[in-house]
Formats: sequence, structure tokens, C-alpha cells
Amino acid sequence: MPDTLDFEEPLLELETRIAELQALDDPAQREEIGKLEERLQRLRQKVFSSLTAWQTTQVARHPRRPHTRDFCKLLFEDFIELHGDRLFGDDPAIVAGLARFENQSVVVIGHQKGRETREKISRNFGMPHPEGYRKALRLMQLAEKFRKPIITFIDTPGAYPGIAAEERGQAEAIARNLREMSALRVPVVAVVTGEGGSGGALAIGVGNRVLMLRYAVYSVISPEGCAAILWGDAAKASEAAEIMKITATDLQRLGVIDEVVPEPAGGAHRDWDVTALNLKAVLADHLRALRGKTEAALVNERYERFRRIGAFEEEFRPSA
Amino acid sequence: MVWFRRKDEAAEAKGKKVVIAEGLWIKCDSCKEIVYRAEVERAGRVCPKCRYAFRITAHERIAHLIDHGTFEERDTAVVPGDPLGFKDTKRYRDRVRAARDKTGTTEAVVTGVGRLAGFPVVLAAFEFAYLGGSMGSAVGEKLTRMIELAIAKHLPVIIVSASGGARMQEGILSLMQMAKTSAALQRLGEQGLPFISLLTDPTTGGVTASFAMLGDVILAEPRALIGFAGPRVIAETIRQPLPEGFQRSEFLLEHGQLDLIVERGQLRDTLRRLLAFFADQPTSG
Ligand SMILES: [Zn+2]
Repeated sequence: MPDTLDFEEPLLELETRIAELQALDDPAQREEIGKLEERLQRLRQKVFSSLTAWQTTQVARHPRRPHTRDFCKLLFEDFIELHGDRLFGDDPAIVAGLARFENQSVVVIGHQKGRETREKISRNFGMPHPEGYRKALRLMQLAEKFRKPIITFIDTPGAYPGIAAEERGQAEAIARNLREMSALRVPVVAVVTGEGGSGGALAIGVGNRVLMLRYAVYSVISPEGCAAILWGDAAKASEAAEIMKITATDLQRLGVIDEVVPEPAGGAHRDWDVTALNLKAVLADHLRALRGKTEAALVNERYERFRRIGAFEEEFRPSA
Repeated sequence: MVWFRRKDEAAEAKGKKVVIAEGLWIKCDSCKEIVYRAEVERAGRVCPKCRYAFRITAHERIAHLIDHGTFEERDTAVVPGDPLGFKDTKRYRDRVRAARDKTGTTEAVVTGVGRLAGFPVVLAAFEFAYLGGSMGSAVGEKLTRMIELAIAKHLPVIIVSASGGARMQEGILSLMQMAKTSAALQRLGEQGLPFISLLTDPTTGGVTASFAMLGDVILAEPRALIGFAGPRVIAETIRQPLPEGFQRSEFLLEHGQLDLIVERGQLRDTLRRLLAFFADQPTSG
């Protein structure tokens, strides 16, 4: 199976053996199958409770991992996708629309990676152009106008670095979203579901709450990009991933993430339903907590949330 | 034109002499022509061939723009921590110490209050020689404090950017400074206070994709490199040569991303006229 990550191989071997034994349909093998299944369970727990930052990155990028459109199907009823920024075009790397969540109307926005080659290309591997961010902002303003909460799903390698993107103001589009999101008078919950790639991720990530799936990553630069700068060698990405502190547990410790959403052992790509159930419960909790707040409280708390983030020192200066 | 009215003072503030490299001739960083150094210096460090404005230090910038003797620097005590315990070929802490020794500034941005042609302003100038003018937690904090100060004192804000973007050595915390500074500017705008953003060579990455592109008026010096992604990254991604003049000030102006390109010699007067406009005063000389 080409989608198998190297550290998943021992698990796959066990699974294959179990499947072979089951195919024999021999009652005498039942005990053996039970033992193997127990072993598989234990091994999976062991592997996935001690993933390195680089292994986590690989899980976060796994092609079978649920993407925004999958989450829309799994979490919401009546998703209606809306298109276009009303300025230039429609960016397929960002999906946005209207949906119902727990009997409440919500606006949903997320990066969209493709899964098969053709879709990957049409979605530009989940790397938006400025019109993607402008579509996102248009939908956020629609949400604000009609007092609907906003849920965003972050899953991108980054904003696209290309000529047309620069011509049309990639930096301005991201900057404007950061500023405008800070002042939205409705609840905003952002979820890092896969890859949180730098400014292109943050551009839909200024939430009252920022949640993160257990094996998602979020970083200022990709591990490959960091390694290329530090050592002139993108192949040292695994070292870079480690020193940059990009996993959900690291980011929670740094105050960037409010809650880590558990994934099934084996990762979200092994069980979409359990992943969605976990996310649904956490999302519902946070939306419920935000629901009773005044507009002023929502804006102020979001400001303070980001105002606090950072770690610096203040040197003692004897007063002049 | 003598535009460093107090060159000595600027040099002292940096804790060392301004480096005027030996040699009568220098090569322009932008057009690569060999030009006469004295002519470059006389023009306020501008290439006589292509009008490219050479990089200058934060304190030189302040000396150029702010009325003599009026600048009060703020938050010099806010300095980098090392939240990730970052070490690659060198420790981050050692890089910080070396940058501080080299530039004489305690961070990659110098912030403070002063007067520009009599108008009180809050001003920040980036020091590109300090870790590429990169934005980490302390830079984000200094900028946010100065914007909050402008709100409290009801003053306009000017930020002179020269930065490679977010500082990698502070990881995700650097990224979050983009949101923090942009949110502060939102509040400034709500108070009806103007923000003038001056983009200088180079302004890229997370700095461009946050406060730098949020000016009520966005100015740039001629031929400055300005963009979201660096040209090398773009060239590697698209595997094509980049067009001539790509991501230079003139390119951004043509594509509607800037208000105005201003030659260094005209900068102070242009800022004065803009400040006069916002203060509802006559903008002519
Ligand atoms: Zn030149």
C-alpha cells in the first residue's frame, strides 16, 4: 500500500496476518486471531503515543486523512458550498459555505487539499491564492452580518508562492484577514485539522478558540523550509521538525492552542468516524461556551487571547 | 544634501561609528553598476544610476525622519527570550547576543515617540542588520505596545519596515505576532488614528503579510524588494525565471498594491504632508 508510512509497517504486517487467518474461516484459528488483535492494539498504542514531530507531520499530511470537505460531510447537515471572492475568481484551495451544526446555522471555511492527483492539482495542493483568502473574508463578513458563528478548518502547506499570487496581493489578503478577523462580532472557532502552514494557515485562524487535532502540526515554516535555511539541506526536515515545536502538545504548552482533540490510535486516517465524533463533541462545547457572550466580550477576549501570546524578557533598567 | 543632520549622534546611539567602507567606488545592490561613493552618500545613500535607496540602520532612519532631539525611544528593555531553547549550528541566544553587539540595538525594531516636522508621532524603524529584521515575540510586543501607546496618546503611527519576515528561531510564537500586531492596528483604526506604512528594501514574509500591508497609506522606497514569498522560493516552486523587476516597488505600484513610491530625498516632506492632511491642516510647504 503506497499510503503506508514507514512506522506503520509493523502494524500493517500484523493486520495482513490477521486478515489471512480470518480468510481461512477456521474455528481453530480463532484464539490465534484474538491474540494477534490484542498485540496489534498494543503495538498501535505504543507507536502512536510516541511519534516524533516528523512522524506526526507525516500523519498530518497523510493523503487518507479527512480533509475539510470530509469534515463537512461528517460534522454538518445541509452544507451549501458558496463560491468566489466577487473580485477575481473562485479559489478551489479554500472551501466555504453555510451549514447546520447541532441545530444551529454556522458558516464554515477551510483549506482543501486534493486526494487523487487530478484533484490535488485542481486544488493546488491546498495552497490558496489571494482570492481564496478574500472568499474566506467575504463569508466571514456574511456570518457577522447574520450573527452566525464561524468554524474554520486549517489544513494547508501554506499560501501559494507564485507570480500571480504576488501580483494580486497575497500578503495584503492575508494581512487584511488577520485584522478583520480580530474584530468579528461573532464566535470564531478555528481547528487545525492537518497541516498548519504559516501565514497561509493563520489567515483563517484568528479564533476565540483555536483547537488542534492530536496529530496535526502548526508551524511558522515547513520543516523542509526550516532545514533548507538552517543547514542548506531539506532532507534534514526531521531534525527541523523536532526543534521547531510544531505538535499539538507543544503548542498547547506555548499557549497557542486551547484544546487538543484526540484522534484514534493509528491516526485520523484510520478512522474518520471516531475522529469526527471527537471533534464534534469538542466543537459543540466551545460553541456553547461562546454562545452566551456579548459581541464586545467576543471581540475583547479574542484580542486578549492573541495579545498574550509570545515569550520575551524585560531587562532591568535602573530608572534614569 | 546633508540629510543626516546629526550623524554623530546616530553613530553614538548605535554604540559605534557608522561604517563608511573604504574605497571610492561601490557597487549598487540593485542595478549592480559601479557608482561613486561620495555621490551616493550625498544623495542620502541613493544610487545615482537607478535611484535604489541603500539599506540604512534604524537609528539613521530615525535621524533622517524625526526632528532633532525629539525622539524618545521606548521599550528598549523588551528583549528576546528563547522559548524553544533553539539551537541549530549556533544557539539562538548567541545569535541574539551577536546581533545586539553588531547593531547596538536591543531588538530588530526601534520604537518610540517624536516629532516629524513638528507633528507628534509614534514611530518604529526596523533594523535589518539585526537577524534580518525578523519578527519574534519581543518585536511583536514592542510594536503592539507602541500602537497601544498611540491609541492612549491619540497619535498617528509610522512604521518603517525592513524585514525578512517571522523569526524562525521562535517558531509558532513568531507567527502569532502577525495576528497580534494586526489586531492592534484594527483598534488604532477604530479610534480614527492613521497608520502610515513605509516599505523599504527588503520587506517580505510575515511582516508584509501583517502590519506592513495594513497602512491607511502605504509608501515604498524605489526598487525595494517587497513580497509575501521570497523570490528564491517562488523560482523553485514554479521552476521558471522570474520576470524583470518582479516584486520591486514599481511592480507593486503597477499592480495596485502601493499608494506611492517616494524617493528618499522626498520622504520627510511627503510624510509631513500626509500628517498635515490627517491633522486637517494645509499640506503645502
Ligand atoms: Zn543602482
